Amino acid sequence: MGAGHAHALYRHGRSPVHRLPAHCKIVALSAFVLIVVATPREAVWAFGAYAGLLTAVAAAARVPPGFLLRRLLIEVPFVAFAVLLPFIAEGPRVEWLGLSLSESGLWSAWNILAKGTLGVAGSVLLAATTELRDLLLGLQRLRLPSLLVQIAAFMVRYLDVVAGELRRMRIAQLSRGHRPRGLRQWSTPARTAGALFIRSYERGERVHLAMLSRGYTGTMPVTRTRTAGRTQWAATAALPGVALAVCLMGWTL
Amino acid sequence: MHVPDGFFNAPVSVAAGAVAVAAVAVSLKGARRELDERAAPLAGLVAAFVFAVQMINFPVGAGTSGHLMGGALAAILVGPYTAVLCLSVVLMLQALLFADGGLTALGINITLLGVVAVLVAYPLFRLLARTLPRRRSSLTAAAFAAALVSVPVAAMVFTLLFALGGTADVPIGAVFAAMTGVHTAIGVGEGVITALAVGAVLGARPDLVHGARGLRAPLVLRNAAGEETEVPAAGTERAPSPARSVRPLWWGGLAATVVCAGFLSFYASSELDGLERVATDQEIIQQAEDSRTADSPLADYGVEGLDDARLSGGLAGLIGVTATLATGTGVFLLARRRASHRDAEARASHGDGRD
Repeated sequence: MGAGHAHALYRHGRSPVHRLPAHCKIVALSAFVLIVVATPREAVWAFGAYAGLLTAVAAAARVPPGFLLRRLLIEVPFVAFAVLLPFIAEGPRVEWLGLSLSESGLWSAWNILAKGTLGVAGSVLLAATTELRDLLLGLQRLRLPSLLVQIAAFMVRYLDVVAGELRRMRIAQLSRGHRPRGLRQWSTPARTAGALFIRSYERGERVHLAMLSRGYTGTMPVTRTRTAGRTQWAATAALPGVALAVCLMGWTL
Repeated sequence: MHVPDGFFNAPVSVAAGAVAVAAVAVSLKGARRELDERAAPLAGLVAAFVFAVQMINFPVGAGTSGHLMGGALAAILVGPYTAVLCLSVVLMLQALLFADGGLTALGINITLLGVVAVLVAYPLFRLLARTLPRRRSSLTAAAFAAALVSVPVAAMVFTLLFALGGTADVPIGAVFAAMTGVHTAIGVGEGVITALAVGAVLGARPDLVHGARGLRAPLVLRNAAGEETEVPAAGTERAPSPARSVRPLWWGGLAATVVCAGFLSFYASSELDGLERVATDQEIIQQAEDSRTADSPLADYGVEGLDDARLSGGLAGLIGVTATLATGTGVFLLARRRASHRDAEARASHGDGRD
């Protein structure tokens, strides 16, 4: 496989955040996002504090702001939905620049925008500082069933191969004058999907045979384990810990 | 339909996560039966296929294009358990690596795009494939119907979850209309592409289509004297019998539905009030008054005689689910009995010919 071993979102570095074990980071991020989602939307300052926390993590990981902001663009379709909310939601309305906006709709839009953006930013930071292999090993250490981890590993490993096959088919279609326009051309992508499935499935069978001939018994050998010490758990607990304090203050204040 | 963080409140996110974990646990067991020992590499490649299929765009007209969700396609091609596993892995990696779909919404995404889509598409496909005449065109038609129905049903479950724990104060009727309308249109595209893709695989490697196992016409040998004998196909012997393959699916579906109906509605009390206010605003209540079932013991999503709104709501949900399941299972059993009758008759007549 000529494909690289790092995924597109990974950013090589040697920062303290890069060095933390992957399973600690996954736990910390999940806890952080859950705390963010559980925060009342009226506590506007709390979301500012969360953003500050993530900025601090990004600075510690030496992830440049431009990189982070570009990756946030994936959220755009839901931003469009959030922008619509003040116009279609119920409740008392407020006048703003001649527009009649729903008050609760404004709050909902703010809620989705703030929480969604924080979640995406956290995931982007995790992806940028964790290598794929470490991520999968971390999931395994978190007691995710090994079959699931193996499926994920094979998927990631062969994604570029399958996507490359799809790209070659598309180039072949284009070079034969295929110009998809309208419903009549639907059979082409469908046949592409069918052909892609047969190729993927047959490749899976060949991979399995190749693994059997190399002594595969159903589990993958683990060549490197990274255990997390108390200091590393403490370091990763800082993010959700502070966030929890902020959340509790958001509920009480 | 990748839901981001913040769309649903924390209780619904956690509950949907529990449903997703249960579904994945059931699928892990079932996938070993579907794929034998080859589970990991094969399912991994199928997951990569599902991921790639979501990159295939088809033109919808007016310069826009849609893309496949792939739930129905994967279920028909590799079987329901493997499909749930593959979709879960795809969604998990999309959330972790590509920040596509929120981490807390992962359970919701798996439940909607994986579990609901597969639970709707696969039984419907098998039912249609067994009741329609044994031709390749009926398999294609069954694939079309299964994929077409699975998308709007997933959208309806989204609306249900939104009613339970959505964070936006939008009239639920509007959400329902918009989601179902848009996703019915998407479902037509999904259905056509799925049917054509299944047809393409059936044409080249019919043995790979999991959903068509045991449904192929048997090989008929004709000797010099013109006598015809049927050869039982090698593949059909090993195919799981439908009774055995459907039962775990049925129990898993029942468990998930019971959790949704009984447990989730505990959280729904305040939101249901909102729903009723919306209904009043839109004068749906007046129509509801006219409905003949308004004074039934389950009216208003509550059980008469129970004061605790949450408890009665949950109980009503459970009773409704049980009734729906009983009806559905009855229809299914009837259809199956009729199909097996026909099979037995066909076999008997062939047996006569062989003697």
